Amino acid sequence: MALADIRQRPGVLLGAAILMHVVLISAQVNTASGLPVLQVITFGSFAEVQRGTMAMVDGVRNLWSGYVALKDAHRENDALKHELQTLQVRLQEERAEAQRTDNLRQLLELRERAHLDTTAAEVIAAAASPEFRTVTIDKGTSEGLKTDMAVISPAGVVGRVILPSGRAAKVQLLIDRNAAAGGLIERTRVQGVVEGVGDGSLRMDYVPATADVKPGDLVVTSGIDGIYPKGFVIGTIEQVDRGSGGYHLITVRPAVDFTRLEEVLVVRTPPASREGPEGKP
Amino acid sequence: MKLVAASAAILVALALQTTLAGLVIRGTAAIDLVLIVVVYIALKSGPVTGLLAGTVAGLIQDALSTPMLGIGGLAKTLVGFLSGVLAAQFILTGPLPRFVLLLLATALHAAIFMGLCVLLDLRQFPDPVPAVIGQALGNGFVGVVGFQLIEWLPGFVDRRRAGRFLKR
Repeated sequence: MALADIRQRPGVLLGAAILMHVVLISAQVNTASGLPVLQVITFGSFAEVQRGTMAMVDGVRNLWSGYVALKDAHRENDALKHELQTLQVRLQEERAEAQRTDNLRQLLELRERAHLDTTAAEVIAAAASPEFRTVTIDKGTSEGLKTDMAVISPAGVVGRVILPSGRAAKVQLLIDRNAAAGGLIERTRVQGVVEGVGDGSLRMDYVPATADVKPGDLVVTSGIDGIYPKGFVIGTIEQVDRGSGGYHLITVRPAVDFTRLEEVLVVRTPPASREGPEGKP
Repeated sequence: MKLVAASAAILVALALQTTLAGLVIRGTAAIDLVLIVVVYIALKSGPVTGLLAGTVAGLIQDALSTPMLGIGGLAKTLVGFLSGVLAAQFILTGPLPRFVLLLLATALHAAIFMGLCVLLDLRQFPDPVPAVIGQALGNGFVGVVGFQLIEWLPGFVDRRRAGRFLKR
């Protein structure tokens, strides 16, 4: 029956016969490299089959990993996001800790440099009202703090203690409208009174119009106010205008960034003098 | 019965071909009896039988003479098949059509055989056309005569027997 079927399809039989002969001939022929043609063709063909199979397997694998396995990827993504958030928080904590360490190191350097009896304190609160530029520190009378003790930072003068309690104290910042300090221009040694304006800047008064003053000059404490030790940086002259009554109208940019105040030093050394130009503090 | 006859014819042709091995034209056998037998089987039995006959005969001939098995087999397979196809499509009972068929079959066989030999660097044919023409004419002549004899002989014997019977 099968033979009869084949006889009804001579084309198939011819193809099979030709293929058989080609295979037979190929089995006996060597290529230029000395390998049997049949082996080369068989290997080449099979390699193509393997390539196709591998491509198919890769396709299925890519399909699986790219689409079907997205369920796991979504879960993994959520876990990674959570881990990332945790690590970001930890990183911020580490950065804050490093910053705090750096601030403390600067305070320590200032303390050693100033040769003053100081105590480090941490700013724990800002003023409740924007009209009064004060901060609260975590040291009080129990640490020996008293009214009118100077508060400084590595950048410069911060202010003075105005209300000490047992374990905290209120510090009036130098930029407060009611604050003032005796200052002198470092370059020319011209003295004056530095007062807070209330908008974050300082004003230096009582500098004679004849005095040599120019923007960029450094203003430091003169020490004559009886509060602030002499020689600490207050700020830099930003603008010099002609004022009334024979005085310059000088605007000073504070050296301390009061918006980033974290750690300070409270000077417990008794002031050498309590006489200021105007006696304002 | 046909299978036995075809096999016998092929074997006889192979045996005779070996005796005619010395008869060559420019390096090519002057007559290919095996090819003639294959064409005849294809003429009588159709393309499939011609194909099978060509395959068997060619492979045996290759095994006996050709340095590579399959070359003659492939050539004779195609010749047997195409001869059967032509015989099925056209009336090839007369001597002339058969002569032409043998010429074409020989040319096709030579083209395939020589082409493969050259392609596989088995043998060179410096002047193939005269050799092929000579073989084609030889095959055509021997084939036509042989076909006529084979087809005439049974009737001749029958007539002789019938004549003897009538004389008695």
